[in-house]
Amino acid sequence: MSTIILLTVTGLGLGALYFLVASGLSLIYGLMGVLNFAHGSFLTLGAFIGWQAAQALGAGGWGVFLISLAVGAATGAVFAALTERILIRPLYQRHIEQVLVTVGLSLASVALFEGIWGTDPSFITGPAWLKETTDILGARIPNDRFVAILAAALVLGGLLLFLKKSRYGMIIRAGVENRSMVTALGIDVRKAFTLVFTIGGAAAGMGGVLASHYFGYVSPLLGGSLLIFAFIVTVIGGLGSLTGAALASVAVGILQQFANFYWGVGDFVVVLLLAAVLLARPAGLMGKAVTA
Amino acid sequence: MNTENAPILRVQNLSASIGGQQVVEDVSFEVPAFGVTGLLGRNGVGKTSTIKAVIGLIPRSGQVELDGERIDGAETHRIIARGVGYVPEDREVFSRLTVAENLRLAERDEHPRRQLVEDLFPDLVKRSAQMAGTLSGGQQQMVSLARALLNTNKVLLVDEPTKGLAPKIVQEVAEALAEAARTVPILLVEQNLTVVRQLAATVTVLSGGKVALTGMNAGEFLDDTDLNHRLLGVHTGTAAANPNPAATAAPKGA
Repeated sequence: MSTIILLTVTGLGLGALYFLVASGLSLIYGLMGVLNFAHGSFLTLGAFIGWQAAQALGAGGWGVFLISLAVGAATGAVFAALTERILIRPLYQRHIEQVLVTVGLSLASVALFEGIWGTDPSFITGPAWLKETTDILGARIPNDRFVAILAAALVLGGLLLFLKKSRYGMIIRAGVENRSMVTALGIDVRKAFTLVFTIGGAAAGMGGVLASHYFGYVSPLLGGSLLIFAFIVTVIGGLGSLTGAALASVAVGILQQFANFYWGVGDFVVVLLLAAVLLARPAGLMGKAVTA
Repeated sequence: MNTENAPILRVQNLSASIGGQQVVEDVSFEVPAFGVTGLLGRNGVGKTSTIKAVIGLIPRSGQVELDGERIDGAETHRIIARGVGYVPEDREVFSRLTVAENLRLAERDEHPRRQLVEDLFPDLVKRSAQMAGTLSGGQQQMVSLARALLNTNKVLLVDEPTKGLAPKIVQEVAEALAEAARTVPILLVEQNLTVVRQLAATVTVLSGGKVALTGMNAGEFLDDTDLNHRLLGVHTGTAAANPNPAATAAPKGA
């Protein structure tokens, strides 16, 4: 029983990291039709700058940890906004070129990160509580999992509230459904593009800091390794569906943990799940819609 | 801005293509500053593409003036913001947004004309919390029209507003357009010639992506059986084309 609880909560924690990356991917694709292969770079840079901020402030306390989260989110947001304005916007409606430029950016940024921080993982420290465990029905759960789950839940709740209640949320939901009609109502939909990139980058940057605590290190390849599963989660959930991405993140994280523990084939099982979902529901679990 | 007899919309040598295929070729016509102007033609002749080209929804070349100012170089959202209301073919309401959200999204003016919309379409008030995708075709058309009427516009571009609607709803839509035309000029793409006869003062007819005739009196055109048979592929004429006794609110231009 304790093993099942441990695997479930650990899977939820992993799913939370996937969601923090996938939420931005899903919104960006849903609104703009851009498959953003540079999204992992937002995460990695957020993780590195968040870690550097923590180092500079003397890592160890909760205050520093929260600041590093905020710095990571801000870094991801700025990087993503600049990417949209400088690289994506000039290629508006040229989707193949947009994909190529994001692939190029992801490759170039990894090389840049390796040049700055080296190829070896940088091990991190945070509040001692994060590395301790909490006993739940005999299962000793690492505390950083709870923080990742809480952060992802807050991001999900915040995004749903934003999409449902704000005018820009309304524009984004409408734009996912029919972008040209939003323009034909006199709305500059490109502002929503920048906003969606910024939000996605912030979630990824925060995810980067949390991932570095989850894995215990930060490296130039951190974003890329999570991005693969985030893409899978986005496709399973339905491109453009935030709730779908959340459900798929939970399913993939838990399934991956169980399959890894019992058979050592977690990644393979996730790909099988992707194939099964695509065969049964080609549009993913919740189709192409930003649903609140 | 607009002098008394100047057109509100002047289109000159407009050409447009979709996916490399030319769909509008050297089209020129004018929309007077009052009443309803019909834009007619057979299916696939380029009427919808012409309207989309006017507001920049598809790549175009040529000259378009709104109230004397060039708008052909402007982006769609800026053209709309200058005072163009667009009611697209097939309604294009946001199906996953509520009726109220659809309308709120369309509000550009500081003081949108909510009362006018509520008076014209009281059913929408009752359905404000309903998802627009669950509305009937007629109700969706009301939402689409309401979105355009919420703001003070210089011209309305209305594309096949009665397409696929039941006769009773067609008449409601026609009456709403007639009411709207009292305050704003309308360029109306319409296949239903009864509605055209009811509403339009003049017509421009497209054929093969080009203008076949423009500025002709709508009644005269519809009465000319040979002409409209040649250009539209239908028989109208005086006897057949005026079966609509409810055409009481038609603005007809003046």
